[in-house]
Amino acid sequence: MSAIAPKPGVVDTRHGSILYLEDVNVSFDGFKALNNLSLYIDAGELRCLIGPNGAGKTTLMDVITGKTKPNSGSVFFGQTIDLLQMDEPAIAQAGICRKFQKPSVFDKLTVFENLELALATNKGVWASLFAKLTGEQQDRIAEVLEIIGLTEHRSHLAGILSHGQKQWLEIGMLLMQEPKVMLVDEPVAGMTHQEVERTAELLVSLQGERSIIVVEHDMEFVRSIAKRVTVLHEGSVLTEGTMDEVQNDPRVIQVYLGD
Amino acid sequence: MTLANGFKNDKLMASVMALLAAITVLIPLCNWVFPVGSPLYFSAYTVSVLGKYLCFALLGMSLDLVWGYCGILALGHGAFFALGAYAMGMYLMRQIGNRGVYGNAELPDFMVFLDWKELPWYWYGFDQFWFAALMVVLIPGVLAFVFGWLAFRSRVTGVYLSIITQALTYALLLAFFRNEMGFGGNNGLTDFKEIIGFNIHSDNVRASLLMLTGLTLISAYFVSRWITLSKLGRVVTAIRDHEMRVRFLGYRVEMFKLWVFVFAAMLAGLAGALYVPQVGIINPSEFSPLNSLEIVIWVAIGGRGTIYGAIVGAVLVNYAKTLLTGWMPEIWLFFLGTTFILVTVFLPDGLLGLGRNRKEQKS
Repeated sequence: MSAIAPKPGVVDTRHGSILYLEDVNVSFDGFKALNNLSLYIDAGELRCLIGPNGAGKTTLMDVITGKTKPNSGSVFFGQTIDLLQMDEPAIAQAGICRKFQKPSVFDKLTVFENLELALATNKGVWASLFAKLTGEQQDRIAEVLEIIGLTEHRSHLAGILSHGQKQWLEIGMLLMQEPKVMLVDEPVAGMTHQEVERTAELLVSLQGERSIIVVEHDMEFVRSIAKRVTVLHEGSVLTEGTMDEVQNDPRVIQVYLGD
Repeated sequence: MTLANGFKNDKLMASVMALLAAITVLIPLCNWVFPVGSPLYFSAYTVSVLGKYLCFALLGMSLDLVWGYCGILALGHGAFFALGAYAMGMYLMRQIGNRGVYGNAELPDFMVFLDWKELPWYWYGFDQFWFAALMVVLIPGVLAFVFGWLAFRSRVTGVYLSIITQALTYALLLAFFRNEMGFGGNNGLTDFKEIIGFNIHSDNVRASLLMLTGLTLISAYFVSRWITLSKLGRVVTAIRDHEMRVRFLGYRVEMFKLWVFVFAAMLAGLAGALYVPQVGIINPSEFSPLNSLEIVIWVAIGGRGTIYGAIVGAVLVNYAKTLLTGWMPEIWLFFLGTTFILVTVFLPDGLLGLGRNRKEQKS
């Protein structure tokens, strides 16, 4: 099996990593948002990204999802897929999807319809015009509704959900896309304590089949889910390791607390 | 099950459609059954004015697909209407044959007047009804495709896009004014005699045109409704509310916008083609930016994002226009502007929103 080189377009993770970012530079009007950043994410891992404001966390997500093109560097999905050659829809279709910092669900559509839009299927114009949900797809939506705990809200407009429920709905939308990599930006911002716990359980249960990158400021939450933590500072990786290693690293303490 | 305003307003929608069907069927029927002069006989004036309103309703509806559902505030939608109208006008000009003032069977009057010797190549084929009927949707469709392809792919949105659409219709206005263009210049195309062999001025033809317009409007309504209730409709609504998010779900946003824009342009072209034989003239003023702005106002007043709201808005505003321009023409624009402001401030969902909110409060 491993002797056969995978076709281009198929994610090749035989070397263990699913995302390769090497020497990535992004600057906005002279400000270096990412500075020679290199980062490798393993297939199936749950990685937490932390760092003070302006460290480049959101820019990093923008680069991976195609929203921002770097000035230099390379970004590969598996061994073979060059993400810099693709636009946002192509990257999303390839299996990298993203939850935004501010919950971004479609308020005027129902919870069910939000999930239906995210469903991994042919997303062309004509296919959408004649689209009909198969039994299998309906089951999948029901399954995800169950996972995110919104089954009883399925026919409510997403706009009336609470902040925490919107965050879950958006995580559900990521699941509907059958991603290989999930980028999750601040999933617990504005959540109650119980909601934070449930979200932690949810994310931990989702790793393995897919890689998950979580950006979060809530250190307690990061500690509860992370095996490996990457600290960003001024656009590059400051250090990487377990939560304990990272928290005891004097450079990290300096960055967070100042001199 | 689907779009929020789809089924909630079923009753209101049903009454609008019933009224429309009644106009479409009863008025032509009365004119065939009852003799001229009977109280149930509708005058040629009434019939053609109603036909005109229904054309505008179709035009407003097509804009609602683009603006109300897709969120593209197109301020040049009248251009597609006028292009469809010109395509039909060219057919009607060719039907005149040798009955023109100059009696030239080969050339329309204005070309004889300009001392042109032969028909320009782009007039070829317009003596055939089927060809003209095809061009009525094809020309607006192709223009919308090229324009939309360039604009949506470079992600031009919001005010910038609105301004470009306005510039598009203004450019066409100036171009069609020129005699060298070969579309009759300032005077446009007029003095029509026949349509597919029937006298265009006869009461029967007028009644049939009204009926045809009504039927087209009703069918276009149901096709549009089907589109908005499909998954494509939901994707488009999602684009309106959060374009970037839709892209990250893996949809090619520009292709969806393009599809809706082209479809709406074709509907607008169809409306223009039905309009010309009923009013008997098409000239460059149909391209004027003001016309396109009026369409936006019809939709806003009726209630955007409902499709049939545009029908209500177009008919009511144009009825008011007919009354007011007959009575005090100079105040019409002030009236229109004031109404638009009042509706925007107090009825953001238009007249239909009024009925809807009341119903929601009750339940």
